[in-house]
Amino acid sequence: MVKEAEVRVPLILGKDVTYHSITEDVCRPIEGKAGKLWWAMFSVAIVLAIWGTGMILYTIGRGIGVWGLNNTVDWAWDITNFVWWVGIGHAGTLISAVLLLFRQKWRMAINRSAEAMTIFAVIMAALFPGIHMGRIWLAYFVFPVPNQFGSLWVNFNSPLLWDVFAISTYFSVSFVFWYIGLIPDFATIRDRAKGPVAKKMYSLLSFGWTGNAMAWVRFEEVSLVLAGLATPLVFSVHSIVSMDFATSVIPGWHTTIFPPYFVAGAVFSGFAMVQTLLLVVRKVLHYEKYITIQHIEMMNRIITVTGSIVGVAYLSELFISWYSGVEYEGYAFLNRATGPYWWSYAIMMSANVISPQLFWFKKLRTSFVFSFFLSIIVNIGMWFERFVIIVTSLHRDYIPSNWSMFHPTFVDIGVYLGTIGIFFVLFLGFTRVFPVLALNELKSILKSSGEAYRDKDSDQH
Amino acid sequence: MDQFTFTDKSKKIFIALILIGVATIIYGVLDSSVSSHRIWTSALINGWFFFSTAMMGTVFIAINSASQSGWIVVLKRVFEAVSMYVPIGAITLILVFIASSLHWNHIYHWMAEGITDPNSSHYDALIAHKEPYLNLPFWWGRALVILGTWVGFTYIYRRKSLKEDKEGGTKIYTGSMVTSAIFLVFFSYSSVVASWDWFMSIDAHWFSTLYGWYVFSGMWIAGMIMVFLLTHYLMGKGYLKEVNASHIHDLGKFIFGISFLWTYLFFSQFMLIWYANIPEEVTYYIPRLNDYTWSFWGMVIVNFVVPMLFLMSKTTKRNRNVLAVVSVIIFFGHWMDIYFLITPGAMKADGQIGIIEIGMLFGYLGLFLFVVFRELSKAPLVVKNHPLLEESKHHRIN
Repeated sequence: MVKEAEVRVPLILGKDVTYHSITEDVCRPIEGKAGKLWWAMFSVAIVLAIWGTGMILYTIGRGIGVWGLNNTVDWAWDITNFVWWVGIGHAGTLISAVLLLFRQKWRMAINRSAEAMTIFAVIMAALFPGIHMGRIWLAYFVFPVPNQFGSLWVNFNSPLLWDVFAISTYFSVSFVFWYIGLIPDFATIRDRAKGPVAKKMYSLLSFGWTGNAMAWVRFEEVSLVLAGLATPLVFSVHSIVSMDFATSVIPGWHTTIFPPYFVAGAVFSGFAMVQTLLLVVRKVLHYEKYITIQHIEMMNRIITVTGSIVGVAYLSELFISWYSGVEYEGYAFLNRATGPYWWSYAIMMSANVISPQLFWFKKLRTSFVFSFFLSIIVNIGMWFERFVIIVTSLHRDYIPSNWSMFHPTFVDIGVYLGTIGIFFVLFLGFTRVFPVLALNELKSILKSSGEAYRDKDSDQH
Repeated sequence: MDQFTFTDKSKKIFIALILIGVATIIYGVLDSSVSSHRIWTSALINGWFFFSTAMMGTVFIAINSASQSGWIVVLKRVFEAVSMYVPIGAITLILVFIASSLHWNHIYHWMAEGITDPNSSHYDALIAHKEPYLNLPFWWGRALVILGTWVGFTYIYRRKSLKEDKEGGTKIYTGSMVTSAIFLVFFSYSSVVASWDWFMSIDAHWFSTLYGWYVFSGMWIAGMIMVFLLTHYLMGKGYLKEVNASHIHDLGKFIFGISFLWTYLFFSQFMLIWYANIPEEVTYYIPRLNDYTWSFWGMVIVNFVVPMLFLMSKTTKRNRNVLAVVSVIIFFGHWMDIYFLITPGAMKADGQIGIIEIGMLFGYLGLFLFVVFRELSKAPLVVKNHPLLEESKHHRIN
């Protein structure tokens, strides 16, 4: 391996970092006790999660009439939340698969938590189609299974069905990818575990990993194959989510740019969520050596790039809605920008397109506090993007006598906040029992990109 | 061998190609069965095809310097040489635009006289609606700003790269990151506008929001293929000793990956229009499917199935002879893609691929290669002082 170029910034800081100290640092949260900050956050999350679970059960018990839906706006927060969570679930696989294919070394410090986030976000997303069916006990109907009701099959022409396939495939592959990466790390924890129960547990989880050369060769090959499989999935999932809307003939929904634009938006929102979580992890678990300002800056750059792509898409749509000369199309966008929901459009535009442009200033994109603040802004903005697309396109349709507004009920709000609670319960739990950094993969870049080794000797390692 | 020589033999071949092109045009002008409209349509197809191939050289250099990628450095001069056709390519496009504005052809229906005049016999209300955007002064203004800026940035990259050979240091490297960020922002908007202005407006009634990205993806793959084919040629002649199988593998991955991106965008646009099946949109695909059924689907198959079948395997991506054969096929596939952007709109059902189209393709190819080879011979084939040069020389992936 040849020495890394001088102009590269080291990715593991600290002159005293060794292979052993990486193991110590990564295992500390698992082996030790949780801090106050962790408990404080966990308590808030669990309260929200319990409240949300109550709201979900209430919805199932009473039916979706408890939501604010009406005849005109018959899809609102449920599908907005769904798309929001699926979008967030994009970053993990992008980081693990696409950045692996592009050989980006900085992914090593962030891939594990990003992948975990993906899994949890997709679980949250999958919840919404389930509960918005109304009769969740008939949920198996979305799968094309042979049944006793004559030739009653799912509608293969419907993008909603494609979505079921796309998301379940995406979830399976992401999960396998995440788990394969965890195996060597579980083995490391197993070898250090003191309690018999912990030892047994981690031993089972690590599938008898021995760490010999052959195992590592297979590990790397499987990672590459999975990355190759997962990359098209990053595109397909959100493309198909976009087709839920774009295959219809509703102005504001039916437009050809939707698939790639949804993908860019998903990566954008996913990176914002990863950024939020990484900054929390960095603070709570004291990972300043591994999650460096360089990582944060790289993330911010991707946020700016994807935010700008989304900006090009917004403006293309806006322009074409006029250029097309189609009256309905033109009105849909005029109504978005100046109608009763103008404020949601304004939030979307300023949070998604304008605010990431602040990262052009090096001072801002290398500031932890500002990055954290902006990642939250982007998360909010991307929720509003879906709200704008869904609600403003529906609430004023072809027949003015049908026009209506959407008002969320306390159940809508409760379910949404509840999923955020459940998500954080899962994520915070993850930081206590799983290695939050991919410790074995991190070690693979220590000598090429770690401050401790990189500048020490000039000969080849 | 660090310095490429543009041999007399290659010069003669390229000049012969150019002469074939010129002879074809003369033949077309003299033969009364060939309309001048057909010649101009072909000039737009070939003009854009080679211009966009060259422009991708600049864009790819920009993407790589913004993302600080190391592997590409030993190939940078090839990208630069390709990009140096951009000024000439811009002129070939401007000639077509002048001809269209002077009504020497009827590629752009919205330029027809009286079309926005309510009293005219061929008044078109929809085109009149678009007049604030589609009118000659504004359209020309956009074209000149876009082409001018693209040409300008192309020169900046080339000049800085040559300067880096002499001066060394990291100043140019860090500076070009900023330049690239600015250029890419401009390019992301201007490439979309260019695709609307120069191609989407041919089918003046039709619109598609995805169009700009679709055109860009086709341009990207043509550029990658051209760079690979030149690298392949240079290596065969004993140049570019620093390039190893890993570099070829990476170029192969790009050709493979971008082919999928192109297919994805093709499918997204086609499927959504086909599925919704509303009159204002299907007007674009109906002539393509009814009048050009076989060649249109053939184009899709070549651009999707060929890379999928032949470039999926690692072995073929690392074997430059195999990769070259596949690349040539996809290269013509993308020429067909450009053909279908333009011809069904410009020539309705009368489009054909005959002596005019093929002869002119040879002519433009000769011109393109002549310029690129001349540029290759002007500077060392591998950059000297790039900070990531060592990384690139030792690039190794399994």
